[in-house]
Parts: sequence; C-alpha cells; structure tokens
Amino acid sequence: MTSRNGRKKDSSSKESTPKVEWDLRLYVAGQSRKSLTALANLKKLCEEYLAGKYRIEVVDLLQTPQLAAGDQILAIPTLVRKLPAPMKKIIGDLSNEERALVGLDLRPAKEKQG
Amino acid sequence: MRAQHSSGSATRQSKKKTIADGQLTKALTGVHGFDELTRGGLPRGRPTLVCGGPGCGKTLFALEFLVRGAIQYREPGVFVSFEERSEDLQANVASLGFDLVGLAKDKLIVIDHVRVERSEIEETGDYDLDGLFIRIGHAIDSIGAKRIVLDTIESLFGGLSNEALLRAELRRLFGWLKDKGMTAVITGERGDRALTRQGLEEYVSDCVILLDHRVTNEISTRRLRIVKYRGSKHTTNECPFFIDDTGISLIPITSVGLTHEASQERITTGIERLDRMLGGAGYFRGSSILVSGGAGTGKSSLAAAFASASCRRGERCLYFAFEESESQILRNARSIGIDLGPCVGRELLRFRSSRPTFCGLETHLAIMHKLVEEFDPSAVIVDPVTNLLQIGDEREAGAMLVRLIDYLKMRGTTCLFTSLTAGGSAIEATDVGVSSLMDTWILLRNLESGGERNRGLYVLKSRGMAHSNQVREFVLSHEGIQLIDVYTGPGGVLMGSERVNQESADAAEEERQKELLEERRQKMLRKHATLEAQIAALRAEIEQDRTTFESDRAVATKRRKRDETLRRELSRRKGADASAANGENKTGKRKARGSIDDLA
Repeated sequence: MTSRNGRKKDSSSKESTPKVEWDLRLYVAGQSRKSLTALANLKKLCEEYLAGKYRIEVVDLLQTPQLAAGDQILAIPTLVRKLPAPMKKIIGDLSNEERALVGLDLRPAKEKQG
Repeated sequence: MRAQHSSGSATRQSKKKTIADGQLTKALTGVHGFDELTRGGLPRGRPTLVCGGPGCGKTLFALEFLVRGAIQYREPGVFVSFEERSEDLQANVASLGFDLVGLAKDKLIVIDHVRVERSEIEETGDYDLDGLFIRIGHAIDSIGAKRIVLDTIESLFGGLSNEALLRAELRRLFGWLKDKGMTAVITGERGDRALTRQGLEEYVSDCVILLDHRVTNEISTRRLRIVKYRGSKHTTNECPFFIDDTGISLIPITSVGLTHEASQERITTGIERLDRMLGGAGYFRGSSILVSGGAGTGKSSLAAAFASASCRRGERCLYFAFEESESQILRNARSIGIDLGPCVGRELLRFRSSRPTFCGLETHLAIMHKLVEEFDPSAVIVDPVTNLLQIGDEREAGAMLVRLIDYLKMRGTTCLFTSLTAGGSAIEATDVGVSSLMDTWILLRNLESGGERNRGLYVLKSRGMAHSNQVREFVLSHEGIQLIDVYTGPGGVLMGSERVNQESADAAEEERQKELLEERRQKMLRKHATLEAQIAALRAEIEQDRTTFESDRAVATKRRKRDETLRRELSRRKGADASAANGENKTGKRKARGSIDDLA
C-alpha cells in the first residue's frame, strides 16, 4: 500500500484504496522552512503510525488563498484531520511529536492496532 | 497593493472629501457626528484602535465605519469577525437598515468570520499567522478594499497559547495593513488596568478611541473619547453618543461657543397681551425663554400658545415633552382653545415624548441634537426642563443645558423651556442655575386669596427690551389664554373673583355716587327755580310799586293842573285886585307844590 503525497490537491487520490481511514490536509504558505519541516514531520509520522491508511493533501495558500476560510485556517502550517471524524486541527511544524500524536488521536489508534 | 490603493476614481473622490489636517489625510467614517469631532474621520491608511467594555458599541462603530464607507464614500471594506458569525452580524445590523448581504453581493463588503476554538487546536511546534494574513489579503484583493475591521482580534489570545508569538504576529499584521494602505479599525475589549486586555494600544499608536458605557443612578450613558490621535488636533473631552435605529450618533458639543449672532427680529408669544408686556412685540428670535412656575400655573399652556403661533407663521416647532404624551398635550391645548392637531398634520409641529429616566442626560442631549438637526425647527420647546435636570447632578445638568442652549442659539432657534418650581421654596432660588442662561424669564405664580387660587404672570426679565413690570392675571378658558390687568386699588392687589367682586363693587359705588350727585343737582335746580320765582315776584312787586307811584304822580299832576286852572278862573272872575292877590296866592301854591314834591 502506498500513500499518495502531493504538494497540491491530488486528483488521483480518488483512485487510491477505498480503505483510506485517515484523510489529512496540510495547509502551507509557499516553500517556507516551517512548511517544509511540517511536511517532512508529517510524512514521517504517517509512515510510522498510519502506514497504508492515510492520504495527505497539501494546500498552498499562496496559490489558493480562497481555501483558507473553509477550514478556518489562521496559523501556518496547519494540519487538518478531515477523517476520521471529528475534525481536528494541529498547528505548528509538528516538531513536537508527542503533541502531534495527541492532536491526531493517534495513541488510541495505535493501541487498537497493537 | 499601494498602487492599486491609490488608483481609481472612487478613491480620488473620497480623498477630495477628506479634510486635510496638516500632513495627515483622513477617511470619513460617516458615523453621525464623529467626522466633525475628528475633523475628517480616522487616519487614512492607518490602524485605529476602538476599545471599550462589553456592549459599548465597538462592533457597531466598526461596522458603521465600513458600511457607510462602502455606501457613502465608495470605499469597499472587509469585516474580519473573530467573535460573531457573519449571519449573526447581518441579522444584528439589519435593524439599522444595513443590508450586508446586498453589499456583499455588490462586492462592496466582505465578511469573514475567523473562528478560533482552543479545544479544536493542538499546537505542535513552530508556526506563524500567515494563514490569517493570506485570508485577509485575499478578502481585500477580492473587492479592492480600502477599509478593514478586525473585530475583536484579541479573541486570538483565547484560541492560541503562544502569547509571545501572537504579539509579534499582531505587530506584524498591523504593520502589514499599514503597508497595504488600509484604513483599519481594530476593536479591543477594555482591560482592568490598560485600555485593552492584551495591551493592543502598544501596537496601534496612531489613533485610539475609547467607548464607554457608564451607569449612574441606574441610567446608562454612552460616551466616546479620543484618547490619542497622532498628527491631528483633537478634543480630549468625553463626547456622549447614543445608538438608535440609524446607528451611532454623537454630538461634537464641545465645538459650540458663544459666537452666535443676536437677532433683532421679534416673534409673537402667541398671546397678544404678553407681546405687549414684552416691549410690544414678543420674544426675540433665537432667544432662550424660561417659563417657570409651580404645578398647574399654566406653563404648558404658554408653551402650547407659542407652538401654535410658531406654526401659524408656517415655521417648524419641535416639542420635547418629558411629562405628557403627544395626545395628552393636544387634548389639553384644545381645552384652552388652541388646536395643535393641524400643526402636527402639516408637519410643522413634532412631538418627542419620553420619560427623563429613559436615558442619561447626555443621551437626551444627543437625541435632542439629532432631532433638531433632522427636523430643522425654528422653535424648540422643552417641557419641562426641570425633570431633565433632576436626573443628573446639578453641575452636569447645568453643563448640558448650556450646551443645548448654545447649540440652539448657534442655529438661531428660539427655545422655550418650562421649569417646574417646587411649591413653598423661593422661586428665584430654585431656578437660579437655569435662569442666568435665559434671555427672557416669565414667572407664573399661583396667588391664593379669598379662598381661591389664581394665576399671576410676571415678566421677571427680558434682555434687550423694555418690558412690563406689572403683574397680570393669567386666565385660561375655552376661548384661549387671556391676560387681564389685576385690580390694584385701595383694597390691595386682587385677582379672580375677588377682582371681579371688587370691580363690581367699585362700579356700584361709582354708580351710587353718580346718583347722589344727580339728586343734589336736581335739588339745587329746584332751589334755584324757587329763588328765581321769588326774584321774579320781587321784581313784580318793584314794578308794581313803580307803577303805583307813577299813576299817583300822574293823578297829582293832573289835580294841580286842574287846581291852577280853577284858581285862574277864580281870579279872573274876581277881577280888580288881581295882581296883589295873584302874588300872595302864588307863594301859597308854591308851598303846597313843594310839599307834594317832598312826598314824591
């Protein structure tokens, strides 16, 4: 199972496995250091905890600023957990892995897996 | 962004409207009275902080700035709401006649609700607020906005925990807005010690406006104060304002002064006799008139007469009633023969009835101000002003009245205030605070004597005209208001039925005197007639005497002639010794004749 990571909204994501449980969206503003760090951290995290069950969509607000209002984005970078519900927002570059896991509710998920 | 900002005819037009104050250009807010107060509105292209406690009108002020900017000055605006949802905002301001949905459709306004919910947010490291910048930037660009409101940006502090970062970002945001040339209004909740809870005033240094909502004696008053306005002259006084169905209205009352022109024109009081008391022509146009008196002395009647007279001239009159409703005043006026109904119908007379405790003094003043501006009357009646003065403390009330009178005088509006004086106390003392502001002071007084109460009218003062010093009896009847001379005579000053009694008694006395005189005249005439008759009788007697004597004399003469003739006959008959005898006889006869002469 491969995850589809993209800088842009990935149109091919629909073709990916219907078994996607984790729908994540990362809002960034251009290629800033914080944005790049966040993406790297996110990928690492997902591979570690959600391998094969996730999809990451990266939204660059510099190019599609109109999307900021929809998910109430203030801070950059912001990671939005669209699925599973309820929606969660994690701001920052995800360098604090512990808090990121709490924010994503990944601890219980991991336990279930185990 | 800058280039875009300064281009476009709309911008140029609004810049022309902007009143230059030194180097600083300003953006008109359209908020009633605010632009006059600040001489042109808010600093253009800079952020302004509007702070105050909950419910002080921050959001409304900001919204009006935006909506009026969009409608009146064609400057589109962005409303970034951190508290209320756009639907709520729309609903809240719909009652003020602001159609936010329509404005949004016309691309004049964008409302962006920024929701920050701490429970939904997990902070996991380094971040900045670029997302917010981008959102705002996008909103601005989408309609070419010139104005922006951030309401209330401090909510961010509740949603995000990294305060140091937030402060830095806010500083950056305000700077960024300034760079974009946005005229911004940033609202902030009032803090305990500082102007705002988060000390936003540190970041917004160009203009700070404080809104206040104070409650004194259970009556709330809204006030606005310009704490700071860099690069512009401004008043630091608090300025009252109120919110009604047209939004915020404030009065730049501090700008009025004693510079009004005094009119020479005279206008009738509505009572012909009172006009005569006031130098023969009535009040001066644009003067202030105080009608004071106790309860039921006819103050309102005098006011109604004035209102009616003003409407008869075809001039508008604004009647502030603080005790009675409009229909009550109309009914009462009708009972004394003054029909104000047609005046109301012709829109020459407008009433504003409210309880004095309905709002604070300042708010009353502000409302009066606004109504005067709207209705543009040539006469204003405040009935009674005392009720109004009782809601604030004396100093405050006096200050308010000065402002009101100054304002009305500046407009050349004649103002009539009635004042209820407390029974028992010296009237002059009660009104002393108010009366010095008045040009004409008419005092109505209940005068009690002989078991009845009558109204007396005095003109205590009337600046600039010779006025009567007489007391007049003030009579209200179905036929209207009448002023009658009081009875001043040997019986003292009398009014009412006593006056009537006294007057009729006087009339009766006079009548009696007249009759008496006539009688004496008749008597005299009769006496004279008698005397004349007597004189005539005496004259007749004299005439009688004379006639008698004359006839006697005639007889005597006749007899003497006969005697002589007889003697001559005798002597002729004797013959011889005629000459001697003749001489002797002659002497005897002379003697006899002399005796007759003596008799005569």
